[in-house]
Amino acid sequence: MSLLEVRDLTVRFGRRQIVAVDGLSLSLAKGGRLGVIGESGSGKTVTALAVLGLLPANAVVSGSIELAGRPITSLNEAGLAKLRGNVVSMVFQEPMTALDPTMRVGRQVAEVLRLHTSAAPGKAREQVVAMLNEVGLPDPGRVAMSYPHQLSGGQRQRVVMAMALINAPDLVICDEPTTALDVTVQAKVLAKLDQVLNLSGAACLFISHDLAVVSQVCEQVMVMLDGKVVETGTVADLFNRPQHPYTKGLVATSRLDQMVPGQRLPVVEDFYHPDAERVGR
Amino acid sequence: MTALYRTEQLTRRYVDSGREVLAVDRVELSLAEGGRLGIVGESGSGKSTLVRLLAGLDRPSSGKIWFKGTEIAALPERRLGFLRGCVQMVFQDPRSSLNPRMKVGDIITEPLRSPLVRRQTGDLLDRRTRLVQVLAAVGLPADSGDRYPHEFSGGQRQRIAIARALAPKPEVLIADEPVSALDVSVRAQVLNLLSDLVVQEGLSLIMVSHDLLVVRYLCDQLVVMKSGQIVEQGRTEQVYANPSSEYTKALLAAIPRIPEH
Repeated sequence: MSLLEVRDLTVRFGRRQIVAVDGLSLSLAKGGRLGVIGESGSGKTVTALAVLGLLPANAVVSGSIELAGRPITSLNEAGLAKLRGNVVSMVFQEPMTALDPTMRVGRQVAEVLRLHTSAAPGKAREQVVAMLNEVGLPDPGRVAMSYPHQLSGGQRQRVVMAMALINAPDLVICDEPTTALDVTVQAKVLAKLDQVLNLSGAACLFISHDLAVVSQVCEQVMVMLDGKVVETGTVADLFNRPQHPYTKGLVATSRLDQMVPGQRLPVVEDFYHPDAERVGR
Repeated sequence: MTALYRTEQLTRRYVDSGREVLAVDRVELSLAEGGRLGIVGESGSGKSTLVRLLAGLDRPSSGKIWFKGTEIAALPERRLGFLRGCVQMVFQDPRSSLNPRMKVGDIITEPLRSPLVRRQTGDLLDRRTRLVQVLAAVGLPADSGDRYPHEFSGGQRQRIAIARALAPKPEVLIADEPVSALDVSVRAQVLNLLSDLVVQEGLSLIMVSHDLLVVRYLCDQLVVMKSGQIVEQGRTEQVYANPSSEYTKALLAAIPRIPEH
């Protein structure tokens, strides 16, 4: 049985019932990894929030989401709270806004632990420091006593990773976890993420707009466009045999390293023409 | 021939809670007219401080900057008018660099209302005509001027920021991470646009990025910075193909690449 099973998920927003996710289905096995790529507004994040049951009140959801055998869409808030941080957790894009600036990071990581286990405060600290060490933070004891602003961007994102992983969840959702980071830091964070996922055996839903970044962590990739899945396959498949014209465009734009400087870069529009009604086009 | 930009021992020091930080440390570089200079480095390497000094938005602690043969580090603000028109900047995130309460047309033509810039362009630029020209140059619809920034996508907003920079007919365009807040699919469009504009408008370009690939595509000269100092500089293709410093090699190795199959 698969860990996450989404069937025909549709999410609409507001009075005008704008469709953000349109009939999306996916399934993720225990320990599996799936990359979700698409541009901003394609519905990647809304899908992730739906899985966490975090959609705002004005969202109208239809379809079904089953996580570890539990129907997310019909759970109440108390039921969801038990799952979040324990069975499923999330790594957000911007670590500075994901962390509480007034609280030492060690306490923030411990909070997740103590919500779901009955760990005594002293015991919790040990576990927190061990977790911070595991995500590759040097001097984890000192980091635990630091406030977010005292850490660098890469360190903060590792703290967020530690928070997401400390309860050994079955599924970790990463929403553009390295977009706010430098290339050098990004490379280290991605390598660490790959390593800790291997170690814990957690499944991962990895969201990004960058195919090159997704390919560092996932083998299997799903391409989203305007709320729909247009193509699913392995990274190698998408690269060598992209089927949908939009995927062809994405693949072409992601190969900046093979371009001759000064030559015109291929853009998605060379391959795929969206409806003309978009703003300004 | 005098260089467009030349710096000598350029240094900017900050004092952060009693501790001294050297953001830019004795930087020497020069840029010829029509040149395209890329500055790469990690966050905190001083690349943004360096371009702010070059644009006259910040003053060096010591050292000199010559722009077209004039030393600008020592000039008082009121005599920097010529620089304000000639040198324009495009910032990283168009969500924060565009005023959400202003119409796009007002945003783009705001530089033309500055008395400092008007003295340079000699009131020759009619705002309305210039707006139409720059909107066309960046590939935005002619009626964009009456709308607000939130009505545009991220890539389009960066086009608006570029249009604003072009409005006073600058000679130098300084772009600080112009594509790092954009989707990969939009990145190519903006890079193509910058590349075309440099040729069409005869601009010199200074571009800051943490991504060597982006710089390689647009710039023929490259400066690699670390902790405020230049660790390597030269022709981009040469540095890219044959980096001499360990730091540049690390930067190149960090670029995520899709595994070859």
